[in-house]
Amino acid sequence: MTEPLPGCLLEVAGLRTAFHTRAGTVRAVDGVDVMVRRGECIGVVGESGSGKSVTFASVMGLIRSPGRIEAGTIRFDGQDLRALSPRQMRAIRGRDIAMTMQDALTALNPALTVGEQIAEVLEAHDEDLPRRGPARRRAITDRAVEMLRLVGIPSPAERLRQYPHEFSGGMRQRMMIAIALSSRPKLLIADEPTTALDVTIQAQVLELIADIRARLGMSVVLITHDLAVVAEHCDRVMVMYAGEVVEEGPTQAVIGDPRHPYTKGLLASIPRPALRGEKIHPIKGQVPDLINLPDQCRFQSRCPEAGPDCLARIHMHPAGPGRRARCIRRLDGGQADE
Amino acid sequence: MSLTKLVERLVQLVPVLLGVSVIVFLMMAMTPGDPVQIMIGDQNVTAAQEAQLRHDLGLDRPAYERLALFIGHAATGHFGESFYYKRPVAQVIAERLPATIELSVVALLIALMTSIPLGVLAAVKKNSVLDRLATVGSLLGVSLPGFWFGILLLMLFAVQLHILPVSGRMGFATSIRPITGFLLIDTLLRGDPAAFVDALKHILLPAITLGLPMTAVLMRVTRTSMLEVLRQDYITFAEAKGLSRTRVLVRHALKNALIPTVSVAAIETGSLLGGNMIVETVFGWPGLGRLVVDSIFVRDYPLVQTAVLLYAVTYVLLNFVADILYTFLNPRVKL
Repeated sequence: MTEPLPGCLLEVAGLRTAFHTRAGTVRAVDGVDVMVRRGECIGVVGESGSGKSVTFASVMGLIRSPGRIEAGTIRFDGQDLRALSPRQMRAIRGRDIAMTMQDALTALNPALTVGEQIAEVLEAHDEDLPRRGPARRRAITDRAVEMLRLVGIPSPAERLRQYPHEFSGGMRQRMMIAIALSSRPKLLIADEPTTALDVTIQAQVLELIADIRARLGMSVVLITHDLAVVAEHCDRVMVMYAGEVVEEGPTQAVIGDPRHPYTKGLLASIPRPALRGEKIHPIKGQVPDLINLPDQCRFQSRCPEAGPDCLARIHMHPAGPGRRARCIRRLDGGQADE
Repeated sequence: MSLTKLVERLVQLVPVLLGVSVIVFLMMAMTPGDPVQIMIGDQNVTAAQEAQLRHDLGLDRPAYERLALFIGHAATGHFGESFYYKRPVAQVIAERLPATIELSVVALLIALMTSIPLGVLAAVKKNSVLDRLATVGSLLGVSLPGFWFGILLLMLFAVQLHILPVSGRMGFATSIRPITGFLLIDTLLRGDPAAFVDALKHILLPAITLGLPMTAVLMRVTRTSMLEVLRQDYITFAEAKGLSRTRVLVRHALKNALIPTVSVAAIETGSLLGGNMIVETVFGWPGLGRLVVDSIFVRDYPLVQTAVLLYAVTYVLLNFVADILYTFLNPRVKL
């Protein structure tokens, strides 16, 4: 394990997470490195099954049987998370690393009021609260009201007594963000925060996350399959495919000049008003089966540029300042990482 | 829960009770056997005496007239006099009711206290030895006939091991002046712990026998709904908040998983009524179930009809309670 980089909040190296099923072992995450700096917003892009959600579920220690983290290190804020006991991990989860899920309707408990759902985070993690008694209750309510105000929910005190189904979709998403942020985490993992929302609400929710990020100075991992969202909000982007990172670098550079054919394909498949009338170009074929993957470029079967030399194991190569790509077609003169 | 809804429910009771009255009346009327002949037995009576008895009981009238009379009287709260006990039916039933309620409540408590934790454990430790044992056990629990299981328990604990009594509510040596009619409560109110233990020992086997099928059903329902709930996003989200395992399981999972369990429990409580007749007979429990069985044998029409009406009312009310509990647990549903 190398020394932690200065300014680095989360550093994942060589992460392997597999699910042992009857059909075989699914290598959902296969040697993934992630680096998130303090205050930074990083976008993680990839289609369903690329391993982006599993990577960050692994970071949070939320992999359940039959899944297992098989290898790799996860360093967060100077601590080795994999070495922590479940109890120690619980203290970090929800306090220092928080998560929001794709659909607030399913992520919020239908049988508990939103007030209870926000209060329990504070109860579990906030050490500044008065120890017990009515003062504690009051302090919790005050903090909860403050959080709802922060995410822009009107008349917060009354809304605390309501149940999730009494909120609109956009308000629910805000509610979930309020819950996730109530302990002022250092890192927010936002898993598909906009997928379940209307376009207008999407913009509001992303603005909200950006705004709170600036105010609280936290880092954000934005997991999405929407490159437009990444272009607008993320400092850096990481593209995942079939359990591997295939390209990463500063957002503008990656989107302006993609070095991996998969990233290119993703960009070409976005409908754009400027190219009205032209055909959009979906990536042909399907994500490979993650069981029994051969030791070769995983995109090779769908890649327009593939050749015989792609049937070998491909490593990440430097691809410009602060950039790396898992492709041998456009090498930037650097050496491959092992 | 509005008053109109409550009134609506009570109004719904009327056709149910009417229907039940007619059906019970017809079934009793069609059952072979003549109450008058049963009463006379081997005694030497003249034809005139027999006719007089038949007239006194109102049995010389045509069936439709008797049915109309019964419904009419029942509507005004008069259930007539028991053929056998020669006392008002309501009074005879009221005397037996506490024993049955006590037995049912204890059976219900045993069922709830074992089935819910077992169901949760089986779901959390899915496919473990415990899960398999619980699943097989619940299958047995549903399929074993109550009278047979009760007799097995009696043979083991009462006959072989001599640790629990064979029948009745209390030993002959103990007696307690009733306050509520519920022995477990009365013994405590009278400050007689020895009698309490005695009553507890007596109620244990019948309550277990009575509660067994319910335990089995509730365990399966809890396990299934718990498994369903544990897959939900809100459980992952609760874990992502860093809550303790217990809190996630109890507050987040169980509260949702109990919604079907509670509804089924309330309805299954109705099935305890039927079970009571068998269990009370096996364990010599002086409750309503045994009274009804005995009354059927002597063709005590007024008593059987009234008791069955009472069962019907209880059943409908339990369903109502199930609905109320359902809305209480599930904020998305309003009555």
